[in-house]
Amino acid sequence: MRSAVLVFPGINRERDMARALAHVAGREPAMVWHAEHDLPAGTDLVVIPGGFSYGDYLRCGAIAARAPIMEAVRAFAQKGGLILAVCNGFQIVCEAGLLPGVLMRNAQLRFICRDVYLRVERSDTPFTRGYNAGQVIRVPVAHGEGNYIADGATIARLEGEGRVVFRYASPDGIVDPNWNHNGAMNAIAGIINERGNVLGMMPHPENHVEAALGCTDGRGLFAGLVDHFKRAA
Amino acid sequence: MKARVTVTLKSGILDPQGKAIEGALKSLGIGGIASVRQGKVFDIEIEGTDHDAAAAALKAAAEKLLANTVIENYRIEVTR
Repeated sequence: MRSAVLVFPGINRERDMARALAHVAGREPAMVWHAEHDLPAGTDLVVIPGGFSYGDYLRCGAIAARAPIMEAVRAFAQKGGLILAVCNGFQIVCEAGLLPGVLMRNAQLRFICRDVYLRVERSDTPFTRGYNAGQVIRVPVAHGEGNYIADGATIARLEGEGRVVFRYASPDGIVDPNWNHNGAMNAIAGIINERGNVLGMMPHPENHVEAALGCTDGRGLFAGLVDHFKRAA
Repeated sequence: MKARVTVTLKSGILDPQGKAIEGALKSLGIGGIASVRQGKVFDIEIEGTDHDAAAAALKAAAEKLLANTVIENYRIEVTR
């Protein structure tokens, strides 16, 4: 699996992401600067990591979404290439129009940095084939703007088409306002596009791939992607 | 020419920042304030004197970057 991790000024999770990709996939990703116009030839997976691109100026992800490299990312998505967008990456792909909706300020106005539980809603995507539907995983979040919002028609469409992939839940998989840390509509933590090749999620699976870090629940996402490309080959 | 683009949250969109400001105003003892919504103002200098071209450029700027039209409205004012 040849991965490319995008790097924008102000991003700070790109090395965590590169480490997780190298650790699980056994191949170092290419790091691609935002001012580039092309992705490396043969890229299988584009990863947009977390951080605070452009200091969250204007709106989170708004400036990065208009960076030169994003034209190549858009073309890559149109060809069916896989894009994993985490945290600020999720905000960036929403701003770029690759996923619907917006990530707003957390409902309780606080930056949240802690482990959360996610219910995996589907296992039949390239991103979640390493999990079972209904499985609960523990991964960290670290964001001030993760409160997913979209208009009623968009939410109905996402739910109707089964495009909510991760939901904030209790450790036993119950969706409940007490476990919906940022107030996201329908406890949405991650969604996929209509074609199923662009996944955006607020939590950080890349931080839970090594036992030394206390949990390996995030590993399934990367292992699933590796498996996806192995089968496709 | 000078222009001002004002971006505001659509009604019905939760504005936690506005709520926090509202709470702070209450704790300052400033009475009579029913609610606060926070927005953004962009003061823009336009090259040249073509009013129609400026209006078109500002509309493109607002649609493509200054506002996220999923959650925000914008208003453009051009002063000669």
